[in-house]
Amino acid sequence: MNAQPKLAVAFDDALVIAGKTYRSRLLTGTGKFKDLDETRRATEAAGAEIVTVAIRRTNIGQDRNAPNLLDALPPQKYTILPNTAGCYSADEAVRTCRLARELLDGHSLVKLEVLGDQKTLFPDVVQTLKAAETLVAEKFEVMVYTSDDPILARRLEEIGCVAVMPLAAPIGSGLGIQNRWNILEIVENAKVPIIVDAGVGTASDAAIAMELGCDGVLMNTAIAGARNPVLMAAAMRKAVEAGRDAFRAGRIPRKRYASASSPIDGNIG
Amino acid sequence: MHTIVLNGQTRTCAPGHTLGDLLAEAGYAQRRVAVEVNREIVPKSEHARREIREGDCIEIVHALGGG
Repeated sequence: MNAQPKLAVAFDDALVIAGKTYRSRLLTGTGKFKDLDETRRATEAAGAEIVTVAIRRTNIGQDRNAPNLLDALPPQKYTILPNTAGCYSADEAVRTCRLARELLDGHSLVKLEVLGDQKTLFPDVVQTLKAAETLVAEKFEVMVYTSDDPILARRLEEIGCVAVMPLAAPIGSGLGIQNRWNILEIVENAKVPIIVDAGVGTASDAAIAMELGCDGVLMNTAIAGARNPVLMAAAMRKAVEAGRDAFRAGRIPRKRYASASSPIDGNIG
Repeated sequence: MHTIVLNGQTRTCAPGHTLGDLLAEAGYAQRRVAVEVNREIVPKSEHARREIREGDCIEIVHALGGG
């Protein structure tokens, strides 16, 4: 009588960002690779479905016939996530997002990143909040790079960002998650996806992020800067999947003393 | 000739030229680019109509590798 029609569910642990479903929880950047072929092969090995790109001036007269990133990673196949990397003010970031929307035929998903200083590349959170408010008002779907501050993460969610992306450590540092209690606090309070963005160095860093309950990890340098970027991309894919499975499986509590795996009764002698 | 600033460089441009002409000359007719004139986006659909004027500050951007 009340039987619900069964929907075909091929995959029961999808990542949903701004209403769109993704299988992969590893998001990758496209900078710092040797060439576009390596970019493409690493992206494929990572299994990434969302890839970040930078928006920059063309070199007039110089790149007339240069291969194009969007030929290597076509928007029909990948969700292109234009970022505002290199912007140091809300105005610059908003301007970059508007150009990105025009460039990508009205595509509204953007990665907002407003930096505070060149040494640390830490986000300028005041400018980030300001830009996020403007972009949300202009109907952008904003995935926002931020510091690992739980209060700020909550504020960015309240503004209407579709994903909050706290750093693990400074961009390109490879230090891994420096403040896992903050990341855990952010994850536990969030209703939007939390994606660790920046600072991952190797596979175990990505696994830890996922074991904490993060919804995904975004990285660029850890893959592109590895001695073998394609192999590292494959390692990161497995780490993100393993970390996610471990989180879903529910780990055992940490205890100070041993607990035997075999039955205590029935020993011979 | 009009004097314009294109991607930060001062250039001259023949009167009557449109943005579409400029993009074609630069080899971008078939490429995915976005154009801003005096800080206002000019949509692709208007490139052929928008005449370049004296003092226009034009930015042409594209997507490239980034994190």
